[in-house]
Amino acid sequence: MGKEPATDDKAFIELDGLEKVFQVRRRAGLLRRERREVRAVDGISFRVPRGEIVGYIGPNGAGKSTTIKMLTGILMPSGGRLRVAGIDPTRDRTRLARRIGVVFGQRTTLWWDLPLRDSYGLVRRMYRIPDARYRANMERCVDLLDLGDLLDVPVRQLSLGQRMRGDIAAALLHDPDVLYLDEPTIGLDVVSKAKVRGFLRDLNAERGTTVLLTTHDLTDIEQLCGRVMVIDHGRLVYDGALDGLHKVGESERMLVVDLERELPPIDDVPGTRVDRVEGPRQWLAFPAARSAAPIVAAVAERYPLVDLSVREPDIEQVIARLYADRPGL
Amino acid sequence: MRLYAAVAVSGFRRHATYRVATAAGVFTNTVFGFILAYTFIALWDERPHLGGYDQGQALTFVWVGQALLAAVSLMGGGFEQELQERIRNGDIAVDLYRPADLQLWWLSADLGRAGFQLLGRGVVPLAAGALCFELTLPTAPLRWLLFLCAVTLAVVVGFALRYLMALGAFWLLDNAGVLMVGQLLSLFFSGMLLPLTVFPGTFGDVAQALPWAAVFQVPVDVLLGRYAGTGLAGALGFQAGWAALLLALGRLTQARATRKAVVQGG
Repeated sequence: MGKEPATDDKAFIELDGLEKVFQVRRRAGLLRRERREVRAVDGISFRVPRGEIVGYIGPNGAGKSTTIKMLTGILMPSGGRLRVAGIDPTRDRTRLARRIGVVFGQRTTLWWDLPLRDSYGLVRRMYRIPDARYRANMERCVDLLDLGDLLDVPVRQLSLGQRMRGDIAAALLHDPDVLYLDEPTIGLDVVSKAKVRGFLRDLNAERGTTVLLTTHDLTDIEQLCGRVMVIDHGRLVYDGALDGLHKVGESERMLVVDLERELPPIDDVPGTRVDRVEGPRQWLAFPAARSAAPIVAAVAERYPLVDLSVREPDIEQVIARLYADRPGL
Repeated sequence: MRLYAAVAVSGFRRHATYRVATAAGVFTNTVFGFILAYTFIALWDERPHLGGYDQGQALTFVWVGQALLAAVSLMGGGFEQELQERIRNGDIAVDLYRPADLQLWWLSADLGRAGFQLLGRGVVPLAAGALCFELTLPTAPLRWLLFLCAVTLAVVVGFALRYLMALGAFWLLDNAGVLMVGQLLSLFFSGMLLPLTVFPGTFGDVAQALPWAAVFQVPVDVLLGRYAGTGLAGALGFQAGWAALLLALGRLTQARATRKAVVQGG
């Protein structure tokens, strides 16, 4: 192996006007075929510094998977510039492959008929992992992902959650610098999801692994990602902190108050709007960016308050609104 | 290289886990051997020295054929269905993410599979044939060694052919027809149904020059001792030539496929 290319830690993953255009042929009559261009990725630029966990989200067909395929080098961009760890993915796919790990929720990298242990043996040879490192990483993964009892079970007999944990371990045995996760918690139960998230958080904290996470589960994003990128119709429509998404999406927080008795809607607290009334309980909506304290004080001063709670906005709604706001894009 | 050795071992072990399938295969090969053997006896009684074989050689042809059938995958059952399915449903992306060569990977796995099937499905039918009929099997160990070389080359040529056909799935969403035609061609032009030397004139010459001849006809003729000296080198060279050419063609197609074709699914 040659020496590693010089990398810029501030732009560990770097995209500059990345494009992918597919030619789709469609039957338009008995013999006629219509050619149509589909711009799956339409000029995306971003930089991800080393050690960051970034959520890459968007509706189905937005271009997420296409981006990831280009980032791993299995799909050639139609235009733009692209570097991962200083490597041009399409030109140097195999060299890049040694430095990245990929986990698909819907596919497996493990060998169906072989026990988990044998799959890991093949992974070890494939990435030429030195013995000591392999043993240490195995121990760690087996411990943290609860794989101890599963190592001798053929992959086809594993449950979805078990297989997923097995897949994550397989992607990490060679200590990748970058980890791409495509729907890593899809179809998992709550306990398994929590386990996977906890593991990823620790991995990032201890090893500084850069993670690009594609998901439809916004809890994944809330718990793991400091930064989110939202893509729609092949374009980046938001790139920033999760909180900022609320501002862009004009989201609201909700103050839920329980009063002593049924009362008419609370309409005399400025900056709020009554969302719902159910007996003595009322829901007051207010802009997410505003502080809840003066509102709580105002309500407590004027009404017989028994209990209250503040609900954070639902990210899912925020993003839905973000998509809806951009018709015709 | 150790990776590909490990892949071959895993290919061997994968197929070794299906014991019932192996037993069923051995049974089928043996029954088929008997049917073909009696057909050949009837033929050679009528036309002695057909294709230049005496009856003992013709029967050897039948039983070695049954022993090799699974190993050289003349009737499918190799990797091609799986590869084609992985291309169709997009799992091929997983293979492409790996720091390994796609063609070498599948070749190693197929060599491992062939190794198992040569032992698991080859030994018993050949033994059954040798017990019930008079075969002309060689006694010289060198001849068996040469036969093994020829069989290995045959597996590689067979692999290269099926690899090319399976890659068709990158362009055709339903590639099953391609594999089916491939199977029919290989069954006939390998010499499995009738030795290719039986066919007269240009047709026979062409049939013997096609790659399928390298998959079956040539290794059996090596075992029967029909080649000697430079002829032998020529026969192995014929196999090696086809292997190299088809593997190169496979690489070219693979490069085109991965560059142009859309990897299915998200």
